[in-house]
Amino acid sequence: MKKLLTAFVGSMALSAAPMAMSAEATKELKMAYDADPVTLDIHEQLSGGMLQLSHMTFDPLLRWTKDLGFEARLAESWERVDETTMRFKLREGVKFHSGNELTAEDVKFTFERLKSSPDYKAIFRPFTEVRIVDDHTFELVTEKPYPLLLNAATYIFPMDSEFYSGETEDGKAKDLIDKKGGSFASRNMSGTGPFVVADRQQGVRVEFERFDDYWDTESPGNVGKIVLTPIKENNTRVSALLSGGVDYIAPVPPTDLDRIRNDKNVDLVTMTGTRIIMFQLNQERVEAFKNPKVREAIAYAVNQEGIAAKIMKGFATPAAQMSPEGYQGHNPNLKPRYDIAKAQELMKEAGYEDGFTITMMAPNNRYVNDDKIAQAVAAMLSRINIKVDLKTLPKAQYWPEFDDRAADMMMIGWHADTEDSANFYEFLTFCPDSETGAGQYNAGNYCNPELDKLVEMANVETDLDKRAEMLQTVEQRLYEDAAFIPLHWQDLAWAAKKNVKIEPVLNVMNFPYLGDLVIE
Amino acid sequence: MLAFLVQRISQALLVMFVISVIAFSIQDNLGDPLQEMVGMSVSEEEREKLRDELGLNDPFVVQYLRFAGNALQGDLGNSYFYGKPTVDVILENLPATLELVIGATLIIVLFSVPIGVYAAIRPQAWLSKFFMGVSTVGISIPVFLTAIVLIQLFSIGVTVTLFPEDTGWGSWLNGALSTNGGLPSYGRGDELTHLFGTWESGFFSQDGLLHLLLPAISLASIMLPLFIRLIRAEMMEVLQSDYIRYARAKGLAAPRINFLHALKNTMLPVITVGGVQIGIMVAYTILTETVFQWPGVGLMFLEAITRSDIPLIVAYLMVVGLIFVITNTLVDLIYGLVNPTVKLTGKKA
Repeated sequence: MKKLLTAFVGSMALSAAPMAMSAEATKELKMAYDADPVTLDIHEQLSGGMLQLSHMTFDPLLRWTKDLGFEARLAESWERVDETTMRFKLREGVKFHSGNELTAEDVKFTFERLKSSPDYKAIFRPFTEVRIVDDHTFELVTEKPYPLLLNAATYIFPMDSEFYSGETEDGKAKDLIDKKGGSFASRNMSGTGPFVVADRQQGVRVEFERFDDYWDTESPGNVGKIVLTPIKENNTRVSALLSGGVDYIAPVPPTDLDRIRNDKNVDLVTMTGTRIIMFQLNQERVEAFKNPKVREAIAYAVNQEGIAAKIMKGFATPAAQMSPEGYQGHNPNLKPRYDIAKAQELMKEAGYEDGFTITMMAPNNRYVNDDKIAQAVAAMLSRINIKVDLKTLPKAQYWPEFDDRAADMMMIGWHADTEDSANFYEFLTFCPDSETGAGQYNAGNYCNPELDKLVEMANVETDLDKRAEMLQTVEQRLYEDAAFIPLHWQDLAWAAKKNVKIEPVLNVMNFPYLGDLVIE
Repeated sequence: MLAFLVQRISQALLVMFVISVIAFSIQDNLGDPLQEMVGMSVSEEEREKLRDELGLNDPFVVQYLRFAGNALQGDLGNSYFYGKPTVDVILENLPATLELVIGATLIIVLFSVPIGVYAAIRPQAWLSKFFMGVSTVGISIPVFLTAIVLIQLFSIGVTVTLFPEDTGWGSWLNGALSTNGGLPSYGRGDELTHLFGTWESGFFSQDGLLHLLLPAISLASIMLPLFIRLIRAEMMEVLQSDYIRYARAKGLAAPRINFLHALKNTMLPVITVGGVQIGIMVAYTILTETVFQWPGVGLMFLEAITRSDIPLIVAYLMVVGLIFVITNTLVDLIYGLVNPTVKLTGKKA
């Protein structure tokens, strides 16, 4: 595999040789993440790590800015043609790593591949086709009016259709998506991005080199080479930065925040994240949870601010809803409502003054401090006489239990792939329906068809103000109903040496735009 | 000799069989490998399809027979995470672990023998007492703590300001107790030399050796005190024996008695224990490799567990089983060389 890659890189270097070196991209960045890319096929898995790789080696049609707006990348401009069609103009003269030129054909190819990817097809379900107008113009067509069209377009990283077409020596299609590994696309890549994978030893290191013919000559980025080392152990990752072994690390564990803040050689950057951590109350397993008063009592008994301050050491933003700030559904009126007296009173009203016993499950290595949070919530519930039988499991074992709805209260963290509130409702609060896949992670079995309908209406509402209002209403109703117990949005943290200016290229989605990174 | 080897090989096969059955039967408790392979929002239908493709829905016996059939032809299956044959993955990671173990073993041999012998010959010397004291402490500190302390001292560095900086002795003490750091704290470095096959060695460059230093010391730190004490105790016993007294009475030079006659007999039990301990050390590398992000099989195994990469877990356990059988066989052979009165097949001489 290394041979193939080197051969490819070699041929690229040849083709690029006559060109002048673009910019003064001469700096070297050594970085450590908690994991390295699983594969080089960006459509094989939808995960944070794969999106980070996508932004390094490919470019999307458009991308998110820091304040959750859009920024043109490979698409130069876009305009709505009608309710269901958006016309995009592609940037001209963009070269793939292979030397091929980017055309609308590549976008169509990529779109069809996304539609066939098990991980991405859900995001592209509302879309019907890519219609090619000319070499650098195409239209994205949806079935119904779709307000999140641009959100989805941030997931289209055009792939080199010529490079990925045809068959390999053993007769497999080059564009095959194979999770079992060994596909052509999982070992070779040709994108339009700022970096080319020069060498890769899975689990040990990945070496990136700047693409000489990168289209974005305005980019301030001056990094010519990146060496990514996966360091899973938190302590080791931090030590690697503090000892000067690497220049940039992510994520920074909450236990080491102070240590890094106090070090005079490194900078720490933190941000409020968008991943909501919550507990679901299973109404199918526990009769009492059907009673809105009991759910409300629990909502009053849980002290989100206490958890964020004491257990998360301030490394979390207390939540009373699912949508973080910046999302359309974020309702600024909803505040955490910790009030133990009120909670006890509600339990009394509901006729459960003496309480009851429930089971609770949480992972112990999936989210930051997940097991400690669960213990704290269990202790808080004991104050309203709900006795909790808690079990925490490693994530590999937790999710099968979650799928079986094996406990009365289960923890889940959710990040909306579309960066939009509706995604939360569709997966976490919709009435569970195994046929349509709605409410796939609704382990509370909460069901309110009226709200589901409102979300579905919002999903075809292209007037964004109206849509925001609808989604905020949903959030309000869920709050009043105490449909689930939100805890907090987990913060994000990165750290780098002082001369590595990471702050401008970071964002809340946690895919740093390393192509634009400046090292002084 | 031949009978001995045949016996050992059949033993190895039995060990492998038992390990494979055990590893296979715990797989249901290791979690769902699909979780690591697909995104959260992938539908149950898609998951089911993938499970079918991977053969995870077949009954246990069918799965095991398929595995055993392939294993007999030398195919231990494909790792879910790496997407290539598990044996290849292990072979790629094994050199790093072996180099770590070799490095640690060298440290142990170089330090335990002289210190152990010295402590036996001069049990009352203050230096002996010091070594014994340190080794008691060393034996009781867990390896990951040693590793973290080493990283703090020699990679990150510490600045001591306990003593008044304005007095001469204070600033001298501060300087003496502070460390600069600078040693690599993770990985094997960039300057590896390709030996053969998948073996990339760090032994041939300064950078590679520096990277090896801290991990090897922390790995050695658990075994070193044990060997110092073992050699000391054995040696003291040997020194009491009749033939040593006779040698002394005969007027042989002390070094000749100590190092030629006494040490040779001391080493017999030490080699036996050593063989077993080297096997155990391979297991201890899991901790050391995790702390130092050392890209060996221990780290690979630990990550395979968190990812429920079942084929890789099974293959690793079988390879480690094989290593144990091989080291034990080698120890028995060496034992025969050191002490010719030992008969390999266990028959009375």
